[in-house]
Amino acid sequence: MSQMFTPGTNTLARLSLFIGLLFVVIIVGAILIWDNSPLGNARAGIAVAQPVRFSHELHSGALNIDCQYCHWTAEESDYGGIPDTHVCMSCHSQIAIYSELLEPVRTSYATGERIPWQKVHDLAEHVYYNHSVHISKGFACETCHGPVTDMPLVWQAETMTMNWCLDCHQAPEKYVRPLDEVYTFGYEPPIDQAELGPILVEANNIDVDGLSNCSVCHR
Amino acid sequence: MSNELSNQPDLNGAHNAASSQPDGATRLEHLVDEKAFAEFLKKNYPREAAVYQRAGMNRRSFLKLMGASLAMSGLGLTGCSAFAPNEEILPYARMPENLVPGKPLFFATSMPLGGYANGMLLETHEGRPTRVEGNPRHPASLGSISAVLQAAILDLYNPVRSIRVQNQGTPTTWDAFVAALDEALPSDGAGVRILTETITSPTLARQITAVQERLPQAQWHQYEPINRDAALAGANLAFGEPVSTVYRFDEAEVVVSLDADFLMDMPGSVRYARDFASGRRVRADNPTMNRLYVIEGGFSVTGAAADHRLPLRPAQIENFARALAAALGVSGVSAPSDTLWSGEWFDALVADLQASQGRSLVVPGDGQTPAVHALAHAINAALGAVGTTLNYLPPLEANPVIQSDDLATLVSDMAAGNVQVLIILNGNPVYNAPVDLDFAGALAQVPFSAHLSLYLNETSEVTTWHVPGTHFIEEWGDALAFDGTASLLQPPIGPLYETVHSGSQMLALLAGDDRTAYEMLQETWLSQLGEAGWRRALHDGTIADSAPAPITPSLQSLNLGAAPSADGLDVLFRVDPAIYDGRFNQISWLQELPDPLTKITWDNALMVSPATAERLGLVEEQLAEVSLGGNVLAIPVFVLAGMPDDTLATYLGYGGGLSADLDAGLAFNAYQLLPNGLTRFFSGASVENTGRGYNLAQSRVPNFDENLWEADDRRPVVSATLAAFQTDPDGIYKPKYEDPASILPDFLYEDNAWGMTIDLTSCIGCNACVIACQMENSIPTVGKDEVARGRDMSWIRVDPYEIPDGDETRRAFQPVPCMHCEKAPCEIVCPVQATVHDHEGLNLMIYNRCVGTRYCSANCPYNVRRFNYLKYVDEAPEMEEWRNPNVTVRVEGVMEKCTYCVQRIVAANIEASKDNRPIRDGEVTPACASACPTQAIIFGNINDPEAAVSKTKAEPHEYKLLAELNVKPRTSYLAKLYNPNEELYESGQDEE
Repeated sequence: MSQMFTPGTNTLARLSLFIGLLFVVIIVGAILIWDNSPLGNARAGIAVAQPVRFSHELHSGALNIDCQYCHWTAEESDYGGIPDTHVCMSCHSQIAIYSELLEPVRTSYATGERIPWQKVHDLAEHVYYNHSVHISKGFACETCHGPVTDMPLVWQAETMTMNWCLDCHQAPEKYVRPLDEVYTFGYEPPIDQAELGPILVEANNIDVDGLSNCSVCHR
Repeated sequence: MSNELSNQPDLNGAHNAASSQPDGATRLEHLVDEKAFAEFLKKNYPREAAVYQRAGMNRRSFLKLMGASLAMSGLGLTGCSAFAPNEEILPYARMPENLVPGKPLFFATSMPLGGYANGMLLETHEGRPTRVEGNPRHPASLGSISAVLQAAILDLYNPVRSIRVQNQGTPTTWDAFVAALDEALPSDGAGVRILTETITSPTLARQITAVQERLPQAQWHQYEPINRDAALAGANLAFGEPVSTVYRFDEAEVVVSLDADFLMDMPGSVRYARDFASGRRVRADNPTMNRLYVIEGGFSVTGAAADHRLPLRPAQIENFARALAAALGVSGVSAPSDTLWSGEWFDALVADLQASQGRSLVVPGDGQTPAVHALAHAINAALGAVGTTLNYLPPLEANPVIQSDDLATLVSDMAAGNVQVLIILNGNPVYNAPVDLDFAGALAQVPFSAHLSLYLNETSEVTTWHVPGTHFIEEWGDALAFDGTASLLQPPIGPLYETVHSGSQMLALLAGDDRTAYEMLQETWLSQLGEAGWRRALHDGTIADSAPAPITPSLQSLNLGAAPSADGLDVLFRVDPAIYDGRFNQISWLQELPDPLTKITWDNALMVSPATAERLGLVEEQLAEVSLGGNVLAIPVFVLAGMPDDTLATYLGYGGGLSADLDAGLAFNAYQLLPNGLTRFFSGASVENTGRGYNLAQSRVPNFDENLWEADDRRPVVSATLAAFQTDPDGIYKPKYEDPASILPDFLYEDNAWGMTIDLTSCIGCNACVIACQMENSIPTVGKDEVARGRDMSWIRVDPYEIPDGDETRRAFQPVPCMHCEKAPCEIVCPVQATVHDHEGLNLMIYNRCVGTRYCSANCPYNVRRFNYLKYVDEAPEMEEWRNPNVTVRVEGVMEKCTYCVQRIVAANIEASKDNRPIRDGEVTPACASACPTQAIIFGNINDPEAAVSKTKAEPHEYKLLAELNVKPRTSYLAKLYNPNEELYESGQDEE
């Protein structure tokens, strides 16, 4: 009877162990990469259709209306807040009153029916984000929401994964701005951010130690 | 999944039925065929169940599909938000004033219970009430609130609430009801009767008067089972006129309860508990304490709080009161010849009362005889209590009547055919009227009867009409608090259903008045208060200084007649500490709330003393048949040490709603035994063991090992006498504790370090913290079977302990939340870092990391971790409304536990951080501490030496549970102190 295993079998066995391990690494790696990439967060970079074609490019870009005119709750509450129909109509009862695009707004104003805006930034349900504290500590709208003043329809500019959150929570000096620049779009630090950041972290009273605790975002 | 399947008893049955067929595939198909399986699916895999229920679904393909979907959920690719459905944001068309989305608004309102208003604040999120807190401005609350009052919010959202007008069981409309009523109403009101519960509301009373003006012969009756008949009859006996009594426990140094459970079951008991505890807050710089004697026929939390407790069969308590009155020199009362109590005990009590003239108080129980009340009035007068430790007020009820007589009159008129139209506003008389009246039988003689109620209950099923009622949170109204302060009911939300109506609307309909409840409420108060005063009253929830001035009724000579004779056994009908008189039996939180002393959930039981059980051959968890006045009720026995002999105590309110006995095809409905009378106890009962078993589900009973108290190091409750504390505060026994090196890392807590102290002397075991926690943290209930398996989810439990102390057995309640150990044993065993330490010392639980190994729970010495074995969370859309939006909803397979209300800490942190200031002491209060009627739970930053919690941690009687484990718990306790009468307490008794 001939030998069942040729000398090459040992190599093959070792190789198959290695390939098996490699396979596991590739699978896990692929999941991690997918999970943290814009691909895994397919919302990022895709403009979302809305019931009213509201253009931030026009309102906050060209017309330069302050963010807070509509999103006033961002300074007080967890939510950035979508304005009620009355806020829209405070201008549009005078401006573009016959525009067809504004028909849903006028209907909502007349009937009290709510406008079904489509959510663009949708955090996981176990994440609790608070707008007001970020604004009060010098973190700009632009840092998370991207160049909104250039968006005809808003899209999610960042991946909004936990990894992305932690990037700033572990090193807020990379992104912090002076308090009067949080609503500015297209901001450039007056001096090198590497130098300015730590000064602002101190000045804005940011408690960096506590920011990486799970309880900061998960309850 | 197979594991979970085998946990379903119904399903096991299905398994067995199918196992006669050898083919595995067939067995699976059998499984799917079973209704039980469908229910199992619906509960645990609602999404898959929806697929299964879709018409025409092939069973095999369902199993295939379900396998795939379960496998996918197992993969847990949480990052795949590419597949997440699009969500909408629906901003208001017009934002309500003062509303900031994401920030709660609080509204002051009141809940009438037993007719009396209890002040509360309702937390609303975008208009949706999610939480009940005490109202600091309300005299019945002062910021505290009981378990029952908090849980009542669940009735608002209950999906089984009635929402249709019904005529003879057929759905119809309100308009049809109005037309039918119009036709049935005789113009002079002859034969028209209105039956309400106790009414203190000035507005409702005026409405009833208006009805009687329009229908002159219409009559108004009041009945609810937990009434104050004996108190009213007792006042008539003592003063010849009805009066209301308001106690001032904060002024009393010696309190004697004659079968009164004033800490739980009296109007104003939340305030009473708070006042009582204020006299027991023992600190090194204020080592004083009031003293409580309780003579009782059952075993209540008031009895458990007593410094001296005398269990006495209920029918003997009047004798005790007579003896006490005679000993204290009340004229016209003679002491009974034979007594069942020790003379030494009695003499010491008398001496103590005499020594504290003007600072003592005797409180009669609402279930006792009128004579006990009259005697208590006389004793209090003799002790100089009137005007100091108690006040008399004019009667607070709009029409104080003896309700048992009032109901009897109504029933005899009904049976005689004299009642043509009966309007029942709330209540449930078919269920809870005394059994010997046969209310249901008499009701059948009434041609037109209508019942307004929140649920379709026993009464609405037999009345000709049923009108769905509003919840008190949806109503405008008013009521008086226990001390006469007028309180407003202000709805933060409109009725959830357009089809529901309030009692006020029904009365307006009868009076031919088309104004709304709001307009009528304004008519009562607006002219008195003015616009500014009205707004102030709405804001505060009470009308300032509206309590009537105290009166001084003159005592008549007592003409008491014969004392009740005790024959056979006494049956004591007690108010349930959770579901009250049964009106809350649809609330799962309350059904699952463990009884303070027996820890029984979901069921009623017959509580008997060990000696009586032995004498009568009663066995725990076996059904006994109780006979009283020809009526028989089978009910499971629970042997409770501390019950008086020859007494059978049971709770009212079971056998309806969600009570577990219904599932078993039984009804432990004590109303089926309840005779009509002024008292809540009756003699002449007999009992027999049937030998049939019935399992009671007790929730987490601590080991009652007597050796526990001998072995010093492991004693969970440290107790001492006040005298010992006064002599040597540092000398009271505390567990030995050294601080050896630990293998666990040291953490630095630079800013805040959260800690909690629980004062066991203050804790009365009322369970308010348990419900507060459940509501704040959206904790699901699990059902009786799961409780029996030890799977209840409550994050804070209250352990009752019996502490042998010489002749007496002392009781202590120990609330146990997560200890937030600094060297937490749970943290090091978690393989996925789902439970970690934070920089403020919190022991965090990260749900989305948890994979359910349960190692942490196995390694927790305090047994405070709870695991979601199944999907316990109720996914009915209505039930999602009450949940706290700031807390994650947990799914099956996830561990959870007390977080010190981390959502409140983070919220305070954010506000403080925005203002660039540290968090102030008292800014963060966990739900349990804010509800606690006795303020036993103190929470704060232990790094701040001025914080209230730091001061309590420095007290000499502070100790840590299981300190020898060196896990350094952040939650610690203040020892349970008692204040026994020196005459009755031999010095050798103390175990120092």
